[in-house]
Amino acid sequence: MNRIYFDHAATTQVDQAVADLMFEYMTDKFGNPSSIHGFGREAFSAVDKARQQVADLIGATPEEIYFTSGGTEGDNLAIKGIAYANKNKGKHIITTSIEHHAVLHTCQQLEQEGFEVTYLPVNDEAVVDIEVLRQAITPGTILISIMYANNEVGSIQPIEDIVRLGHEYGIDVHTDAVQVAGNYPINVTDCPVDALTLSGHKFYGPKGIGAIYVRKGTRILAIQQGGGQEKNLRAGTENVPGIVGLGLAAEVAQREMVDRVEQISNLRDQLIRGIMKSIPDTKINGHASNRLPGNVNFSFIGVEGESLLLNLDMKGIAASSGSACSSGSLSPSHVLLAMGLPHEVAHGSLRITLGRHNTEQEVNYLLEVLPPIIERLRSMSAWDGQSYSKKQEDYCSNCQLK
Amino acid sequence: MYTEKVMDHFMNPRNVGEIVQADGIGEVGNAKCGDIMRIYLKVDNDIITDIKFKTFGCGAAIATSSMVTDLAKGKSVKEAEQITNKMVAEALGGLPPIKMHCSNLAADALREAINDYQSKKESEQDE
Ligand SMILES: Cc1ncc(COP(=O)(O)O)c(C=O)c1O
Ligand SMILES: [Zn+2]
Repeated sequence: MNRIYFDHAATTQVDQAVADLMFEYMTDKFGNPSSIHGFGREAFSAVDKARQQVADLIGATPEEIYFTSGGTEGDNLAIKGIAYANKNKGKHIITTSIEHHAVLHTCQQLEQEGFEVTYLPVNDEAVVDIEVLRQAITPGTILISIMYANNEVGSIQPIEDIVRLGHEYGIDVHTDAVQVAGNYPINVTDCPVDALTLSGHKFYGPKGIGAIYVRKGTRILAIQQGGGQEKNLRAGTENVPGIVGLGLAAEVAQREMVDRVEQISNLRDQLIRGIMKSIPDTKINGHASNRLPGNVNFSFIGVEGESLLLNLDMKGIAASSGSACSSGSLSPSHVLLAMGLPHEVAHGSLRITLGRHNTEQEVNYLLEVLPPIIERLRSMSAWDGQSYSKKQEDYCSNCQLK
Repeated sequence: MYTEKVMDHFMNPRNVGEIVQADGIGEVGNAKCGDIMRIYLKVDNDIITDIKFKTFGCGAAIATSSMVTDLAKGKSVKEAEQITNKMVAEALGGLPPIKMHCSNLAADALREAINDYQSKKESEQDE
């Protein structure tokens, strides 16, 4: 059976040229960039080149790029680093309720350490309201961290407005651009955030490597101690194979950006239209149009997400869901709940994230197999989408989800 | 993560559907938690002659519903009452620990249906 990969927000396949280049820097060119000899210099200049490639992808200068072990470390470093560096100015941070756990759990940790965090609500399309943000600002606010686009429902935030507002009050703005960088154009000159996180494996680079952009002059402290790598901001011998891979992936992404965005968003719109037309009682999750090129997210009333994923997997299709049972946690996606979806509708969500290798045939195949799967699951479902609304406030008696 | 047996009961569930004039109906769970199970019984001379289920839920929820109906079919009400969630899980070759919530509903739904049958029978005898 042909396998179809529709889960590009989870991770992507490493580009062949990227993998080849990484191999070279694990074998022949294995030097430590800090070494003075030829092996070291070879590695050093490769890291230098990658820094330029990553900077070019987002319109930054290479001096503003710091390599990390991925998106999670990048979010930790940017948020904690800026918070610690500014704690004498204030201890208030503003973020949103739909961030990735790399941001949410970092903020929760800072709360333990005495910082105060506001988690902004979002509207039913998972977008932050600028006025709500303005009202949350206090004299002690030192950082606003709002994701560029959401990983589950794809909604793109009004980051330019957010930055303008933050700067009006002299507050640094960080954005988690992990889903955006390499997949959708970003430019830190047009949208002058103070810090930004990106991750290699979301755009055909390797896992375990990423970078943060930190605008020149932004106050930030290291959160781990060791050697003086990355200008003392991120100690540890550089992951040279990962860094060169990230660099090349960034260059390829930039070169192919316009074509990829067009091709992928066309497939996305075809898929959205196809599902709306062929399956009744569905709800699209996220912003209708202002969403990541590859993101499609639906809830199918009366259907539970994990059952749906297993059925699709039997047809060779890999997708994802925000249901409790598919996430391995006990509660459905915090993003869908923050958008105001009832739990039972959140349990029935399906996320399809398209990538550059997906074809129209694959989309058509999904449109062919999905309606009968939904119909079959609904025909055996004990929930018709209606009768439970009266009980919505209660959990079942033997439920552990409270 | 699921055994072959679980996947078989999930993809080819036994006894799916409703019984129109059921002698007992049991329902557990709640859509909010992501699982609801409803079991319908037909009882003749204290023997479960027919049993059907409808489930909103994950793979484990559907597979356990299917298995519990298979185990109960043809048994006396007394025997069926003895079926536990543990027996259902064992018959399926085990279930992942993370699935405890969804896996622990099927035998409860069966017992609810049996309770419903018995209370209907008692109220008939009272008349
Ligand atoms: C929005 C967002 N932030 C952060 C991360 C974490 O990135 P990484 O997997 O590189 O640690 C992810 C990916 O899972 C993500 O989607
Ligand atoms: Zn479940």
